[in-house]
Amino acid sequence: MTFPILSLIVFIPMVAAVIMLLIPAERRNETRAVALAAATFDLLLAAWVYVQYLVNEMTGYQFVETYRWLPQLGISLKFGVDGMSAPLVLLTGIVMFTGVLISWGVDDNHHPAGIQDRPREFFAFLFILASGVFGVFASLDLFMLFFFYEIAVFPMYLLIAIWGWVKTREYAAMKLTLYLFVGSVISLVGALAMYWAAYQSTGVLSFDMLLLEKANFPLNFQVAWFLPVFFGFAVLGGIFPFHNWSPDGHVAAPTAVSMFHAGVLMKLGAFAALRVGIMLLPEGAKYWSWLVMLLAGIAVVYGAFIAFQQTDMKYMIGFSSVSHMGLVMLGLSTLNKTGLTGAGVQMFSHGVMTALFFAVTGMIYDRSHTRQIPELGGMNKIMPFASVGFIIGGLVSMGMPGFSGFIAEFPIFMGVWHVNSLLAIVASISIVLTAAYILRNIRDVFFRPMPDNLEGHITDVTVLDKIAIVTLCTFMIGIGLFPSVMVPMVQTGVENILRLLGGA
Amino acid sequence: MLFIFAAAMTTLFMMDVEKLGRRGESYLLLLASTLGMNLMASASDLVMLYLAIETTSIPLYVLSGFMVDDEKSTESGFKYLLFGAMTSAVMLYGFSLLFGFTGTTNLYEIAAAIAGAQVSTVTALGVITLILVGLGFKVSLVPFHFWAPDTYEGAPTPVAGFLSTASKAAGFAVLVRLFFIAFAKNGLSPDWTTGLAVLATLTMTLGNLVAMTQTNIKRLLAYSSIAHAGYAMIGVVAFSDLGATSVIFYLIAYILTNLAAFGIVAVFSRVSGSDRIADYAGLSRRSPWLAMAMLVAFLSLAGMPPFGGFVAKVFVFAAAVKADMIWLAFVGVINSILGVYYYLTVLKVVYLYRMEGEAEESHPIPLTRPYGIALVVLSLGVLLIGTLFAPWFGASGAAALNLF
Repeated sequence: MTFPILSLIVFIPMVAAVIMLLIPAERRNETRAVALAAATFDLLLAAWVYVQYLVNEMTGYQFVETYRWLPQLGISLKFGVDGMSAPLVLLTGIVMFTGVLISWGVDDNHHPAGIQDRPREFFAFLFILASGVFGVFASLDLFMLFFFYEIAVFPMYLLIAIWGWVKTREYAAMKLTLYLFVGSVISLVGALAMYWAAYQSTGVLSFDMLLLEKANFPLNFQVAWFLPVFFGFAVLGGIFPFHNWSPDGHVAAPTAVSMFHAGVLMKLGAFAALRVGIMLLPEGAKYWSWLVMLLAGIAVVYGAFIAFQQTDMKYMIGFSSVSHMGLVMLGLSTLNKTGLTGAGVQMFSHGVMTALFFAVTGMIYDRSHTRQIPELGGMNKIMPFASVGFIIGGLVSMGMPGFSGFIAEFPIFMGVWHVNSLLAIVASISIVLTAAYILRNIRDVFFRPMPDNLEGHITDVTVLDKIAIVTLCTFMIGIGLFPSVMVPMVQTGVENILRLLGGA
Repeated sequence: MLFIFAAAMTTLFMMDVEKLGRRGESYLLLLASTLGMNLMASASDLVMLYLAIETTSIPLYVLSGFMVDDEKSTESGFKYLLFGAMTSAVMLYGFSLLFGFTGTTNLYEIAAAIAGAQVSTVTALGVITLILVGLGFKVSLVPFHFWAPDTYEGAPTPVAGFLSTASKAAGFAVLVRLFFIAFAKNGLSPDWTTGLAVLATLTMTLGNLVAMTQTNIKRLLAYSSIAHAGYAMIGVVAFSDLGATSVIFYLIAYILTNLAAFGIVAVFSRVSGSDRIADYAGLSRRSPWLAMAMLVAFLSLAGMPPFGGFVAKVFVFAAAVKADMIWLAFVGVINSILGVYYYLTVLKVVYLYRMEGEAEESHPIPLTRPYGIALVVLSLGVLLIGTLFAPWFGASGAAALNLF
C-alpha cells in the first residue's frame, strides 16, 4: 500500500471545510488562515504528484488507490491520475490557492476587498466545491465520478446566490444550477445504462472505468448513448448551444468563484465528457464527432463575436471562455493525436489564464465599483502589477508564441486541419477577434487617461493579490517557454485514448 | 425493518417533548401506531394485514386532530379520518374478493392460487386496483393524495413528520410484499408494472409541480413527500431484488431526511409561530446550525451528494434502467430537477434573504435539547447514508429478503 496521496488531495479541502465551520464566526482571521494553510498544502501535494509523474516519465494510470465501497454493486473508491488528469489536478491546486489569496478580505470599511460577509461559510463551501473537483479529476470509478461531480455543482448555487453580484445573482445561480443538474442527471442515466450493458457482456458488476473501457459495447448502443452522456457533461464545458448559463454565472459570481468556475469547473465538464463520453464509448464518439466539431466550431467563433460586443469586463471574459472552451471541445472532437494533445494543454492553459483575468477584474471592481469598460481607465498608473498580469493573460488568450496559449491552440488547429480544413480556417477567425477585444480592453482599462470620478479613489492591489498574480503568470510563461514540462505528459494520456479509439 | 421504525420512533419522541408532550396519551397513541406498523411489515396474512393497517391508522387519525382547540388540526384529523376510512373500506372489499376467489387469506397460498390460474387475469387486476386504492392512500400516490397537504398542514408538525415518513414506509412495505409475493405471477406482472409505472410518473410529476407554487413550508413538504413516494415507486415497478432493495434503501434515507425537515419546521414554528416560507428569511443568521441542518435535509431531499438522497435516487434509477425502463428513469431524473428548483428556492430564503429590519441578531432561535439531539442524529445519519452506504445497502438487502 503506497502513500494515499490522491485521497489526501481530495479530502483535505473537505476536512478543512469542517474545521472552518467549527471555528466561531467572529474569529475571521483564523478561518482564513486555515483556508490558506489547507490550500497551500493541497497545492504542494498536487505539484508533487505532477512532478513525480513528469520526472519518472510515467505512463498510464498512476498513484492508483482502491477502496472497496459497495462490493455488492461493484462500487469502489478508486483514484488514479493519467497524463490528462495530472495537469488538471495541478490546475485545481493553483486556482484554489490563488482563489483563497484574492478573497482573503480585509476587515476595513474604507477599502473593502475580498470576502467580508460570513467568510467562514464562504471558504467552507468553496472548499467543498474544490473537494468535488479534485474527486472528479482523480476518480477512476464511474459512480464516484458522479458523486464528486454533483458535490462540485451544488455549492456553486450558494456561493453565487449569497456572495454574488446583487443584481443578477439569484437568477444566474438558479439558471446555472439547473443547467448543470439537468446535464449531470442525463449523463447519469447513460452511465447506468453502460453499467448494466457491461454487466451483460462481461458478467462483472462494476463501475470501475478501467473495466468499462474494455467492455466493447455494441455499436448501436454506443451510438445511441454517446449523445446524452457526452452532452450531459459538455453542458458544464459550455458547449454551444448549452453555454447560456456560463456567462451569466461568471458575471454574478464573486471573484474567487468566477475563477473556480471558469478556471476549473468548465474543465470538469470537458474532462468528464472525455473520460466518460469518448473513452468509454469510442465508437459513438467516432460516429458523432462531426456534430461535436460543428457545435464546437460555432462556439469558438460565436463566443468570440459576442465577447467583442461586450462592454462589461466580466461578460467579455465569460464569452471568451465559451470561445476558448469551444477550442477544447474542437480539439477533443478531432480524435487525433495533435488535436487531443492541444485540448489537454488548452484545458490547463485556459484555466490559469481565465483565473487570472477574473482575479484582476475582481481587483478592479472592488476598487472602482464598475466593470463597464467605457467607465474605466488609467489603471496602469495605479496598479501596474495587475496590469502587467492582465497583459500576460491577454497574450496567452491570443495564442502568442512564448506563452502557454500558443502551445495549446496551435496543435488544436493543426488537428482540426487534418479532419476538416475549412472549419480550421473559419475557427481561426476567433484568434483575430480575440486579439481585437483583448487589446481594446487593455487599451481602455489600463492605458487610457483615468476618468475624473475615479481619480484618487483607487488604491493599488494588496500583497496577497500580487502573490496570486505572480503564481498564475509563472505557470503561463513557464509552459510557454518549456512546453516539455507538460506536452509529453499529456501525450501519454492521449496515447491511451487513441488506443481505445483504435482498438475498438 | 423493525429497528428502522424503532429508531425513527425514538427520534420522533424527542421532537415531541415540547409540543404535545404534556399529554401522556399522545405517546400511547404513537406507540400503538408504531406497533401497527411493525405488524404491517411482518404480516403475511390478509386478515392480520388489515388489522395491522387499522391499528396504525386509527391512532394517527386521533393524533392529527390532537390539538382540539385548533380548528385546522381538527379539520385535518377529520379529513384524514374520512379519507382513510373510505379507502380502507375499498381495500377491505379487495381483500374479501381475493379471499373469495382463492379461498385463503395466506399470501403465499394466494400467490400459488393466482399462479395456478385459478383466478383470471382480469379479475386479478380488478382486485389489485381495489387494494391499490387503500395502499395508494397510505403512501399518497397521485389519485389518492388529496388528503396529504391539508392533513400535514393542520396536524401538529411532529405528527405530520411521522405521517409522511414512518406511515408511508409501512405502506410501502405492504405494497412491496403484496405485489412481489401475491401478484408476482409472470403473466400478470407486466400489466401491473405498467400501471404502477404510470402512477409513479403521475405522482412524481404532480407532486413536484404543485410543490413549486407553495408558500407554506408544510404544504411544500407534503407535496414533496408525494413526489418522493413516486420515486420510491420506481423501485417497486422495477420488480427485482435490486428494486426491492433500492425501495427500502430509499425509504431509510427518506425517513431520516424528512424527519429532519419536519423537525426543523417544528423548531422554527415553535419560536416564530409561522409556517410561511417567506418567514424563514434570515434563518442562517438567526441560527446558523439550524440553517445548516436544513441545508443537509433539503439537499438530501433534492438528491445531492454527499447526502443520503443522492445514493438512494441512483439506486432506484439503476433498478429502473436494469429493468429496461429507461423512460421511467428519465422521468425520474427530470422530476428530480424540478425538485432541485423548489428546494433551492427555500434554501435561498434561508441563506440569502434577511429579516425585515435586518434584526436577526435580536431574534435568535433557541434549540431545546431534545430537538438538538434529534436533529444532530438525523443530520449525521443522512450524511452517513450518503457516504458510507455499504452497510445500509446490506441491511436493505436483508430487509428486502425478509419481505419475501
